[in-house]
Amino acid sequence: MNRKLMAAIGLAGVAALAMTGCASGTPSSNGPVTITYSNFISNGGNEKNLATIVAAFEKKNPDIKVDVKTLPYDTYGTALQTDLAAGTPADVFDINGPSSYGPYQANGVLAELKGVSSSAYNAALLDSYATGGKQYALPTSFSDVVLYYNKDLFDAAGITYPTSSWTWADETAAAAKLTDKAAGVWGDHQPVTYNEYYKVLVQNGASFLSKDGKKAAFNTPAGIEAAKWLVDKSGTTMPTIADGQGTADYDTNLFKAGKLAMLHTGIWVFGTFADSPANWDIAVEPGNKTSANAVFSNGIGVSATSKHKAEAQKWAEFMSASDFMVTVRLDSGWELPAISDAKKLATYLDKGKPANRQAVFDAAKKIAPAPSIGDNQSAMQDAITGELIEAQAGRKSVQQALDDAEKKINTLLAG
Amino acid sequence: MSVSNAQTSLVDRAPQFVHSKPVRDGRTRNNKARYALTVLAFLLPSAIPLVLFVLGPMVAAAWVSLNQWNLLAPMKWVGLGNYAKLLSDPITGDVFLHTVYYIVGYLPLVYIGGLALALALNTALKGRSFLRGIYFLPVVTSWIVVALVWRWLLSPSNGIVNSALAFFGVHGPGWWTDPHWAMPSIIIASAWKDLGFVMVILLAGLQAIPSDMYDAAKVDGAGWWRRLFSITLPLLSPSSFFVLVISLINGFQVFDQVYAMTGGGPNGASEVVVQQIYDLTFRYGRAGEASALSWMLFVVVLAVTVIQIRGQKRWVTYG
Repeated sequence: MNRKLMAAIGLAGVAALAMTGCASGTPSSNGPVTITYSNFISNGGNEKNLATIVAAFEKKNPDIKVDVKTLPYDTYGTALQTDLAAGTPADVFDINGPSSYGPYQANGVLAELKGVSSSAYNAALLDSYATGGKQYALPTSFSDVVLYYNKDLFDAAGITYPTSSWTWADETAAAAKLTDKAAGVWGDHQPVTYNEYYKVLVQNGASFLSKDGKKAAFNTPAGIEAAKWLVDKSGTTMPTIADGQGTADYDTNLFKAGKLAMLHTGIWVFGTFADSPANWDIAVEPGNKTSANAVFSNGIGVSATSKHKAEAQKWAEFMSASDFMVTVRLDSGWELPAISDAKKLATYLDKGKPANRQAVFDAAKKIAPAPSIGDNQSAMQDAITGELIEAQAGRKSVQQALDDAEKKINTLLAG
Repeated sequence: MSVSNAQTSLVDRAPQFVHSKPVRDGRTRNNKARYALTVLAFLLPSAIPLVLFVLGPMVAAAWVSLNQWNLLAPMKWVGLGNYAKLLSDPITGDVFLHTVYYIVGYLPLVYIGGLALALALNTALKGRSFLRGIYFLPVVTSWIVVALVWRWLLSPSNGIVNSALAFFGVHGPGWWTDPHWAMPSIIIASAWKDLGFVMVILLAGLQAIPSDMYDAAKVDGAGWWRRLFSITLPLLSPSSFFVLVISLINGFQVFDQVYAMTGGGPNGASEVVVQQIYDLTFRYGRAGEASALSWMLFVVVLAVTVIQIRGQKRWVTYG
């Protein structure tokens, strides 16, 4: 009995393997075509919103079915890389910003998308997913990093709220007054990471890489000042690593609990703060010599090996430009759609907390360009983040940390 | 009367239950082929996975190690270039050094700890089977679970360990957030998890030691320490040898706990060889170098194991 059962299960398994192999090998001429879509953008709270968009697409295109696979952001890149190496990528997949797009395009894993109605998209964002005048991916959304602040704490300290004309000095002064270590209240929080550093370099009139992109350019007086702007908050106006700073959700939880006056983070946490009793709003981040903001976008591409490229592109376009998608995103406070129509986007301004949603659009007008170096991108990011944390923890001077980071990164750039 | 009768009849007669000797010269060709097929059939269940998941990947890795490959674009032949690059890269030395640091910290801890547990649970202690089960529990628990629990325990700000230290007026270290303490954190967690495994192996060894040896030694006036060093440890040496070889090989291949506890950080302070292989392949798109590093690790592990097996004559006593 048991042996028969085992044999039956084994046979069923073999049959299932064989059948799935056949199904993907021979596209049926009639009946709906199934395309696969691998994504991270809906992970962590927007799965239902994505399902709504998929349902609308399938209703409009009864001959296409979309099979959705959702992965967490942290592991998405590794999973996609593995799928691509194995030759089994989804027909349509998310791309984590232009710096990921570059290597994928260069390695030929993306199909060219022809006949895209480019006027529907935000021109700059669309262009960041094109190479040599050809479109290889489409922007699905964009987001930026702003300054969140707790109005109650500002009121209690008798300090005026941050404005777009603030500079680093204003922020430092306010943070010092707002910090009350005895009460466990901190004035400020800004991550000590690559993603913050390349931006504050631009805010300070410096840049991460040299103009030709072949050398690290941050080890200058302006670069050191920018690093100190990040590092010196730790222990004075910002919790230290030993307090737990830098671990997942530490900063947002502190802010939600009303124990943090200012927080530098992306607009993707709007949803997280929606149920917070704290009285909060946002402002454009203060600059120093100039204003510059980190703007991130997500892209969507079609696999070069897809057997259903036409259907896949249809879905990619629906997911990045359709009115239905725009409505779902704006209503739910998901990241902003990367469309050109300002009128449609304008409804975003009156969708509730935070009041100053205009700051999201203002920040996107002054972008700090993100360095993009191809295959060694993650190694470069790890190197600078690691060294900055050494300085933050006081194990190295800022100068020493930047010297070491410069050495590592120049080695990576040399190949 | 009847009993002795039966006995004599058993002795007198030819033994009834003797296995017939395999008649080698009488084997026909057909017979031989069947014999070979039978052997093969019995080998297959372990031979297939071995070829598919061990030997195949090893050969493939050897091939990849001679190429430059970012997993996406076609491979580019570089010959021994990856090995040359690794040998000139200071990070390679660092990751081997970190791995050796791990082994040097982990091995004595887990061996002495496991031995102590085995000795304690080899006595007529009440509820010892229950205790043996408890100590073995971490061994069969997933590393990811164990690593996350230890991250909480060793959390610098609100972990139990630092809270307990604070109670005694000691300011606890930053554990996995501090480059100097990241590796000790991993070592402690690993030793804790593997204690049960070492305990079980050594316990089996202890129970094979005849108790009359201890009785004789006691009569001769040997104390507890004397018996430990003159009887227990020498007679336990085959088990100890097994534990050391397995632990050393596992030590060189340490990965899960590093990946889950520190990810090789902070700033590369706990980056061990296999973590570096993982990072090179999946994060940095340098699969060729990663494969070369895998082979370098294999050669090192092989060399160390051969040396251990050669050296066992000096200290391992069988029977």
